[in-house]
Amino acid sequence: MIFCVSHRARIRGALLAGALAALGGCNTVVMNPAGDVARQQSSLIVWSTVLMLLIIVPVMILTVLFAWRYRAGNEDAPYEPDWDHSTQLELVIWSAPLLIIIALGALTWVSTHLLDPYRPLAPGAKAAPGKTTAPPAAAPAPLVVEVVSLDWKWLFIYPEQGVATVNELVVPVDRPVRFQMTSSSVMNTLWIPAMAGMIYTMPGMETVLHGVLNERGTFRGQSANYSGAGFSGMHFQTHSVTPARFDQWVAGVKRQPRRLDAGTYLQLERPSENVRPIGFGAVDAGLFRRIVAMCVKPGTSCMQGMSHGGPAVNDRAPRAGEAEGALTRDASEKGESPHMSAPHGAAHGQGDPGDASNRNMTMLDHSPARPRADARQRA
Amino acid sequence: MSDDLIKTIFGRLTLDSFPIHEPILVGTFAVVALGGIALLGALTYFKLWRYLWTEWFTSVDHKKIGIMYIVLALVMLMRGFADAIMMRLQQALAFNGSEGYLNAHHYDQVFTAHGVIMIFFVAMPFVTGLMNYVVPLQIGARDVSFPFLNNFSFWMTVAGAVTVMASLFVGEFARTGWLAMAPLSGLDYSPDVGVDYYIWALQIAGVGTLLSGVNLIATIVKMRAPGMGLMKMPIFTWSALVTNVLIVAAFPVLTAVLAMLSLDRYVGTNFFTNTGGGNPMMYVNMIWIWGHPEVYILILPAFGVFSEVVSTFSGKRLFGYTSMVYALIVICILSYLVWLHHFFTMGSGASVNSFFGITTMIISIPTGAKIFNWLFTMYRGRIRFELPMMWSVAFMLTFVIGGMTGVMLAVPPADFQFHNSLFLVAHFHNVIIGGVLFGMFAGVNYWWPKAFGFKLDKFWGTISFWCWVVGFWVAFTPLYILGLMGVTRRLRVFDDPSLHIWFIIAGVGAAIIAAGIGAMLMQFYVSIRDREKLRDTTGDPWNGRTLEWATSSPPPAYNFAFTPVIHDLDAWHHMKSKKAARPTEGFRAIHMPKNTGAGVILAGLSLVFGLAMIWYIWWLAAVAFVALLATAIGHTFNYDRDFHIPVEDVIASEDIRTRQLQTAEV
Repeated sequence: MIFCVSHRARIRGALLAGALAALGGCNTVVMNPAGDVARQQSSLIVWSTVLMLLIIVPVMILTVLFAWRYRAGNEDAPYEPDWDHSTQLELVIWSAPLLIIIALGALTWVSTHLLDPYRPLAPGAKAAPGKTTAPPAAAPAPLVVEVVSLDWKWLFIYPEQGVATVNELVVPVDRPVRFQMTSSSVMNTLWIPAMAGMIYTMPGMETVLHGVLNERGTFRGQSANYSGAGFSGMHFQTHSVTPARFDQWVAGVKRQPRRLDAGTYLQLERPSENVRPIGFGAVDAGLFRRIVAMCVKPGTSCMQGMSHGGPAVNDRAPRAGEAEGALTRDASEKGESPHMSAPHGAAHGQGDPGDASNRNMTMLDHSPARPRADARQRA
Repeated sequence: MSDDLIKTIFGRLTLDSFPIHEPILVGTFAVVALGGIALLGALTYFKLWRYLWTEWFTSVDHKKIGIMYIVLALVMLMRGFADAIMMRLQQALAFNGSEGYLNAHHYDQVFTAHGVIMIFFVAMPFVTGLMNYVVPLQIGARDVSFPFLNNFSFWMTVAGAVTVMASLFVGEFARTGWLAMAPLSGLDYSPDVGVDYYIWALQIAGVGTLLSGVNLIATIVKMRAPGMGLMKMPIFTWSALVTNVLIVAAFPVLTAVLAMLSLDRYVGTNFFTNTGGGNPMMYVNMIWIWGHPEVYILILPAFGVFSEVVSTFSGKRLFGYTSMVYALIVICILSYLVWLHHFFTMGSGASVNSFFGITTMIISIPTGAKIFNWLFTMYRGRIRFELPMMWSVAFMLTFVIGGMTGVMLAVPPADFQFHNSLFLVAHFHNVIIGGVLFGMFAGVNYWWPKAFGFKLDKFWGTISFWCWVVGFWVAFTPLYILGLMGVTRRLRVFDDPSLHIWFIIAGVGAAIIAAGIGAMLMQFYVSIRDREKLRDTTGDPWNGRTLEWATSSPPPAYNFAFTPVIHDLDAWHHMKSKKAARPTEGFRAIHMPKNTGAGVILAGLSLVFGLAMIWYIWWLAAVAFVALLATAIGHTFNYDRDFHIPVEDVIASEDIRTRQLQTAEV
């Protein structure tokens, strides 16, 4: 392409695959990822495309060919106005796609199980597909990162290291990572395209995603599920570093004076956008559990069945100030619904989360009709 | 007046609800208001109100209702496309630290409105309008089974569209994305009127859609001309039958899920909230249980159009009619078994994901078979490249790419990378523009001479065609590439400068499509201006094969003076080849349904009810609801519902037809 020269074009067996990879030039992170899971996903994309091109290309060629050859102006071409059936042709046109779908279906079944985001990876995760069995005893266990999507930033808690960060993820290269994820308010997805695909984060529920980065470098991560006004700023950098550098980084974060306790978290979860990375030198044990159980606020009761697929979700009672039906309100409680436009101008990512300067484009809760932030403060 | 009294009277409507500080909206409002006043003035000046009311608004004639549906679709296409241009402009501008020109509050409404309008108020009225117009003619019927219901359905769709348009100038629309996913759409996170506008617009329009589905099924099942067995039914009518079965089975799910969302918002239940046992995942599942069949509701009528067009313009019988019919039925059934592929990423187990991935792929088999059938219909044909055929060939080349990327998305591990990315956005525009919209344009160009008695101008039609096809690829190829670059949808600002060029190219593509829309409007204008030159007096300008071409263009109110008897799949082609004589005497008075204004009134009351609910004006909602019930019940006592077209009128209009045919032969 003229705009972008592919410097890591990977030709996987088929010429067409190369064409696909070159299509987007150098930045097609989905096709040229840095992690093994994403790499297997990209080769799956290539193979499924190749399989389908087996039938797409002939169809496109035949379309153009027939359109040209049997044009009304071409008197030489045969014309059979009543020919409308051929059992052999019917057999071909149903069975050719069927065969391709059988092949693709088999590929889908195997790859979906193999690349199940809940399935732990082998350390290093470079083994050929199908051989990723239980990790050898000597190998490092996966790094556990607890992820919380907040409005509109990402909180990463490292339970083993006892530190936490906002909008910055650092992982050791080649070490599998187990993300345990939840959300504070609405649904998001955690998407680091260079590493692995995405999985939803959902309030009151916990989901799991396994991934690994096999190259050092800095990779972009973001939410890929629209979650409200500050969604565009809900991205972060993922740094893949050597294990030694990782330990250094953890030690550095540990020196940060801030501690992520219930009070800090309740402050942090208030809406803010374009938040600069923050480090927390210490984290309250069990904070993530309480976030999942929606009982960070002291004195609130935790919900019971909170695991994804558990007996019940979100079974805690609504608290004062949380959604009450409109019909049951008094006239004075109806509120207003003004048409709002936020002021333009102030810079991005200044100050603490919750700082008004971070809410330039998304300052929506000044209206009495917006109980969301108020409700949280009251609760 | 006390505050409480004002609130009781006006609900949460205040002067602040009007966007007088928003220059884009004030400008739009000024243009709309001036245009509206000019239009109303012109209608009054030319004394067209009575004509419009008696001939169109209250008409129960399926042909006029079909045309009104398509006018609605074209008007709403302008609005939906304006949203598209605004998004393209914002995304092309918001780079290098620029915030673009839309704030989050505005931009998020724009992309929500774009999706809602394009699906519910462009694509749906388009397919419904086409089915309404064509199906009764194709099966040799005089109208649909329930003519009043048809009129009512149309006006309910209009009321829904008016609700969406009202949100532009009073309050705001939803900021949630076009499916208003919970919990974001719940009262906790969207307390303003936006989501309520969304709910009531879709509920009101949904009544219309569902009833028109019931109506067309009854029509197709019960009102076919004698001799037309199911397997002698024209393929477009088959696609309409399957589509309406899908509508009747799927739309109640949408109604139910939106009803539960409104209970959450109005009564304080907890179906989809984060608390009290609510489960937002249930919303995602249910909305897609409706949403996936909806995709086929849109595409199957387009498939039907292509089948008719390819066969007619190749001058051949449709290849593999039987397998086409079974492909439709298989697609109809399978479309209910794939909904989970819209959220593989929600954390289902691998076996569940595989199941839904594979069922999705299986749909591509009957779809592929259909493409092959069109291909072999062209084979050994004599293809005339009139506009409908050009759209069909463009569809075949465009749609296969969209189908391919669709199957790519159906592989769950690949979808983990593609979900919600611009690759997905490019995919569904590829199938909806390249499939549905191209199909509707083919249909409009194909059946316009039937509806109005003159062909559409080919010069401007060709310009529009090329602008659309080229514009589509220029606009959406960059989105495929951006998806592979890891860019997600619904972003308002960007910080990676390497993406910029692709958004600029996509913006250029949108501009080319805008030119295509302009050329299409020009095509309509030029064709109406030159209608005498483009006049078709035969009623059969394309050498058609199905019954609608057997009658005059435009057809008389009663469609056929005598109900035709069917001996062959291509009934009209068969009659022509047998040189069947057109009956010229023995006419009788024809029993027809009478026009009624009840549909307009009921839909108007529904609109008032919806707006009152949106703004929490309970007294007005109660009044409107009672009035709605009273009118509906009152209308059941209206026994003056039918009349006979006198035999002299029938003879007169059939004589005109006889003379037209004689001049055509000369």
